[in-house]
Amino acid sequence: MTLDVLYFAWVRERIGLPRERVETGAGTVAELVAELRAREERYDLAFSDLETLRVALDQELSDFSAPLAGVREVAFFPPMTGG
Amino acid sequence: MADPRIRVQADSFDYGREVAGFGTGRRDVGAVVTFLGVVRDDAGTLDRMEIEHYPGMTEKALAAIVAEATARWALVDALVIHRHGTLRPGEAIMMVATAARHRAAAFEAAEFLMDYLKSRAPFWKKEFGPGGADWVAAKTEDEAALDRW
Repeated sequence: MTLDVLYFAWVRERIGLPRERVETGAGTVAELVAELRAREERYDLAFSDLETLRVALDQELSDFSAPLAGVREVAFFPPMTGG
Repeated sequence: MADPRIRVQADSFDYGREVAGFGTGRRDVGAVVTFLGVVRDDAGTLDRMEIEHYPGMTEKALAAIVAEATARWALVDALVIHRHGTLRPGEAIMMVATAARHRAAAFEAAEFLMDYLKSRAPFWKKEFGPGGADWVAAKTEDEAALDRW
């Protein structure tokens, strides 16, 4: 499947791009993260501590154990600081 | 209730004009509460703040938060304006307004909106000063603040 993967705030800065198309067979967010980490050091660093990251699937907050079936857009970002 | 109004924008807004036009001219509103968030410079060294957001999800998340507040406190009207982009100390970042029959509902709903905006709306703040730039870290008390609701 092809996913749009988006990065925000320091995740975007560490990986060095705001979004990309990713071809993957990952079944869950955690599996997608493992694939990305295996690519290059900058991904490995960005995802080194999942406690400091949040994930949204199709623009809804989710979690790393969530399945990716039917998902089109995955976003990774740090805890939000609005207000 | 009237359609909740949600605005995500880079432009500044006129708080006075927004407040003056909110919740007035109707017979079912007994209380209006408004809140204005301003860029604060605690250390006296902040040059500017840059606020990033997630277009699309931001609007959806705000709509969900406003819908929940509207349902829980039977709001007659609500307004959320949140800016993104570059902001300087003293500039308005965001505002919330709630209109209800009674003041307790208007106050509580405004606090609820603020608490949820802080931790559940996809905005990220970066502060720029003489030493460089730093992303503002989320505070554990902001996350804990959600528990009271």
